[in-house]
Amino acid sequence: MLEIKEMRVAYGAIKALKGISFSVNAGEIVTLIGANGAGKSTTLKTISGLLRPQSGSIIFEGREISTAPSYEIVSLGISQVPEGRRIFPRQSVLENLELGAYQRKDYKGIKEDIQQVFSYFPRLAERQNQLAGTLSGGEQQMLAIGRGLMSRPKLMLLDEPSMGLAPLLVQDIFRIIKEINANGATILLVEQNANMALSIAKKAYVLETGKIVLSGSAEELSRNEQVRKAYLGG
Amino acid sequence: MSEFLQQIINGLSLGSIYALIALGYTMVYGIIQLINFAHGDIYMVGAFTGYFAILAGLPFPLVLLLAMVCPAILGMFIERVAYRPLRYSPRITALITAIGISLFLENLGILVLSPDPRPFPQVFTNPPFQLGQVTVSIPQVLTFGVALALMVGLTFFIRYTKTGKAMRALAQDLEAAQLMGVNVDSIISVTFMIGSALAGAAGVMVGILIPRIEPLMGIMPGLKAFVAAVVGGIGSIPGAMLGGMLMGLVETLTTGFISSTWRDAIAFGLLIVILLFKPSGILGKNVREKV
Ligand SMILES: Nc1ncnc2c1ncn2[C@@H]1O[C@H](COP(=O)(O)OP(=O)(O)OP(=O)(O)O)[C@@H](O)[C@H]1O
Ligand SMILES: [Mg+2]
Repeated sequence: MLEIKEMRVAYGAIKALKGISFSVNAGEIVTLIGANGAGKSTTLKTISGLLRPQSGSIIFEGREISTAPSYEIVSLGISQVPEGRRIFPRQSVLENLELGAYQRKDYKGIKEDIQQVFSYFPRLAERQNQLAGTLSGGEQQMLAIGRGLMSRPKLMLLDEPSMGLAPLLVQDIFRIIKEINANGATILLVEQNANMALSIAKKAYVLETGKIVLSGSAEELSRNEQVRKAYLGG
Repeated sequence: MSEFLQQIINGLSLGSIYALIALGYTMVYGIIQLINFAHGDIYMVGAFTGYFAILAGLPFPLVLLLAMVCPAILGMFIERVAYRPLRYSPRITALITAIGISLFLENLGILVLSPDPRPFPQVFTNPPFQLGQVTVSIPQVLTFGVALALMVGLTFFIRYTKTGKAMRALAQDLEAAQLMGVNVDSIISVTFMIGSALAGAAGVMVGILIPRIEPLMGIMPGLKAFVAAVVGGIGSIPGAMLGGMLMGLVETLTTGFISSTWRDAIAFGLLIVILLFKPSGILGKNVREKV
């Protein structure tokens, strides 16, 4: 479904990605793990068209998208739940969800999908008219995920959805990510919480300072000595 | 007392002009953090469009429409050719470009239209009417009415339409808005279009209110409207309306009760005092909300 080949990205003189290649098959949950500054967010931003690769290609469903504008990438079926939630604080929960469906015109379908989001996250339903900026951190993360679902993505990019959440909430969020995947969306999950990520993913890649240093099935990697040392706390 | 009321009426119509111009400053700033110094000259273009439309014998509603459409197109054009290529350059570059565009429009105006002031043809020749002890002229009522209608329309547009919601989203978080599939270029274009159309409307209304126009007429009102936008809270739409009205009122009240030579000094001074107490403006956000 998504294939990345030799992608290089730089911020001015800083080389953030030094030629990475990986792929995501339809229906899978794939995780990209790595320490701070490894280049995980850079990878997702480049897929979404917020950054342009210097070289390499990004092929989504057979189409080269590395030069496509971000709105076109959304319309092709890729949505991103960015790091740090990035909800629109001065707009209501409902408006945030509507913005997620910005390119859609099937108003009935949008209404149904809002109900679907509320069934994943009942707390959002109770707070639908509240300004998003007044939600708790956990609720904001729920909103960010819900908003990401509103474009009916084929592929959903999630950037550290567990960041800053209490352990119980992290479990909830991961359970819902699995549910979203079971309902048909393919998932590319970026995480520092390697334990949780490896437990729900099929395939995993390990990113270190702009390079993929390890890859394999999530099961393999969670048994790998190096990975256990570096990311799973022994 | 009646003198006071009289100055309030005068202030509200003058304030309407400032408010309409201030809206364009604040909307553009809210979205791309650019102080569009050419905005006052867009207002001048609106006034001249109105001038020629009236001379051509068009009815007033059509005059107003044209005086909004032409500046709107010009505003979008300027954004497209001058500001868009600099979107990711340092802010100072765009700012200097804006000053350049402003000087260009002013000098082009002098060259093409001659620097001499022209009387603005009067459309509404009905005599002013008495409201108690206060005299109200038709242009005053009309200016206030047109401004009010446009501001109500803008408020609805920003609050309830899809494009309006996208504009607000963009003002809060450009990257996140892009991730929603918002086409940033087209929303920025619409912002320039609306802001310039409002300034154009202000240009015609000022011609009717104070019937004298010239190519440099945009400089002072542009500056005052900018200050009004800052005082209201730059980036805030209700703030620009409030700031504009306040600017008009302070100006006419100083003229009426203190002295007209001190008008601008006192108006600006008072606004500086407001900013000392509320640096982010009356309705401005204290901190930019960024997660
Ligand atoms: N806007 C930027 N300008 C310059 N350098 C940047 C920018 N954004 C990221 N970088 C650099 O690129 C590298 C990769 O950053 P990136 O945000 O992709 O890391 P990450 O893996 O997502 O880290 P984290 O887990 O902390 O979110 C880092 O060295 C970072 O300093
Ligand atoms: Mg990151």
